[in-house]
Amino acid sequence: MNVPLIIFFVLAAMCVLGAVSLILQRHPIHSALSLIVVMVALAGLYLLMGAEFVAAVQIIVYGGAIMVLFVFVIMLLNAGVEERTNMSKLAGFAGIPLAVALTGFLAAAVARSADASQGPLVAGAVAPTKTLSMLLFQDFVYPFELTSFLILIAILGAIVLAQPEK
Amino acid sequence: MINFLDQHAEIIITIVKIALLLFVVLTVNAYLTWFERKVVAHIQSRWGPHRVGPHGLLQPLADGLKFLFKEDPTPTGVSKFVYYLAPLLALALALTSIGVIPFGPDPLHFRGHDIYLGIADLNIGVLALFAITALGVYGVALAGWSSNSKYPLLGGLRSSAQMVSYELTLTMSVVGVLLTASSFSLRDIINNQAGPGLFGWHGIFGWSILAGPFPQIIGFLCFFTAAVAETNRVPFDLPEAESELVAGFHTEYASFKFAMFFIAEYTSMITVSCLCSILFFGGWLSPFPPGWTFTVYLPSIILIPSGLWLIWDGMRYETIFGRLILPAVGTVITILGIAFILLPAVNLFIQGPFWFLSKIFVFLFVYVWMRGTLPRFRYDQLMAFGWKLLLPASLANVVLTATLILFGGRS
Repeated sequence: MNVPLIIFFVLAAMCVLGAVSLILQRHPIHSALSLIVVMVALAGLYLLMGAEFVAAVQIIVYGGAIMVLFVFVIMLLNAGVEERTNMSKLAGFAGIPLAVALTGFLAAAVARSADASQGPLVAGAVAPTKTLSMLLFQDFVYPFELTSFLILIAILGAIVLAQPEK
Repeated sequence: MINFLDQHAEIIITIVKIALLLFVVLTVNAYLTWFERKVVAHIQSRWGPHRVGPHGLLQPLADGLKFLFKEDPTPTGVSKFVYYLAPLLALALALTSIGVIPFGPDPLHFRGHDIYLGIADLNIGVLALFAITALGVYGVALAGWSSNSKYPLLGGLRSSAQMVSYELTLTMSVVGVLLTASSFSLRDIINNQAGPGLFGWHGIFGWSILAGPFPQIIGFLCFFTAAVAETNRVPFDLPEAESELVAGFHTEYASFKFAMFFIAEYTSMITVSCLCSILFFGGWLSPFPPGWTFTVYLPSIILIPSGLWLIWDGMRYETIFGRLILPAVGTVITILGIAFILLPAVNLFIQGPFWFLSKIFVFLFVYVWMRGTLPRFRYDQLMAFGWKLLLPASLANVVLTATLILFGGRS
């Protein structure tokens, strides 16, 4: 066992446990906190693969901005503890088998892929931020700008929806 | 034993550095409270703390003991886990951010190892700091929410909104510097400011605030203002506006949990001061051109007179304790100043840290100065100021700098 591998498993466990806790927690704030743990652990995994910039952006955008907004809204609405209902019939009969099948399918695909034998990819070649920005702003500049345009439209839509009726 | 130490030198050096930095930062924090109280007191024509120890110098120690031994009640109905998590989160994140900062240019050589001043020298130093800052909001927001009390909740909401709003400006205002330096590494950013700047002169004219294709004065003003808001200090300390919200998000915290928020706030003040001097004021670079070699004696020129003054002042202090301890401290400082003159190698090594610490001290003083003189913003004014003035100004700064770099090339 080398150190990066141990760190990988610790972060992976944090991710999975955080995700499970996100679903099982009954209070919205606790769920949001679990999601933050998932985000930060994911950033750690990116860092382990040498993607420093992506890791930092993951924390700044998802861990910081988006989740702060979540927590803020939950605080503002003062959302209480959720009630738990019994599982719906559809979820029992269709959902659980489908979830098991999907997990099995994904695990099989990952196990068969060529990279699986090498274990987790560990900071071999650090991808410089420059390469990433070249890709984003030169090779894929039109898709990138289109995406930002889409987000702008979404923001405008939110403003229109939030306006009081005249 | 020696063999074992050599094998794991990297890890051991890092652990020792972390322990040392923690000790230094916490001590500086403690004396920052003393410094703040003294300066604000003198601004308001008072004496400030002067009962505990000579010149009140033991006041931080007394305060620390008080924090440790005070009763620590947990209010009823708090969300236990989050209530305990919030101060921990605030303190841990604030202390982590200091670890990214490099404190000097040259490494120490010890048994074949190069020991750099600073714990982690990251390629993405600036981004890592912003990532930590982005998470810092949670300490405040969660503290306010978990306390099960209306004033903390309102304070927490206010501060989350404020921190999210000003974080945008904070990030935008450094883009100009990053463009000029074309690197995220704090070390590269500092080294980039050494070269010929305004009028082709070195020294202070190379710093980002004056040099580059576009001097980053707007960037610096936006950055410092946003940073003050981000650290919840006067005049942006709305989260703890005592006349409206008691003590804001930490109303329900007592004893050491309160102290943790307090230490976190002062630590982020230090981090912001470090960042300001690194990004805009050349970090550890001397403001004088490299040709002026006599400026290397500046640390001694400052240390020796202040040491002598401390001896003279201590001799006629009222208490016997003061008459013993002040001259002793003064003697140590004087000897240090003389030692720097006698040992040129040591003197050359401390030049970087000396300038860096001096700049940090100036910014900390500005923090305290503002607290002593400025009134608090109203909440709507705060939001309008952040969104309508600071953010457009920082965006304009980005556009101008980028255009000038594109057409004029790097200076």
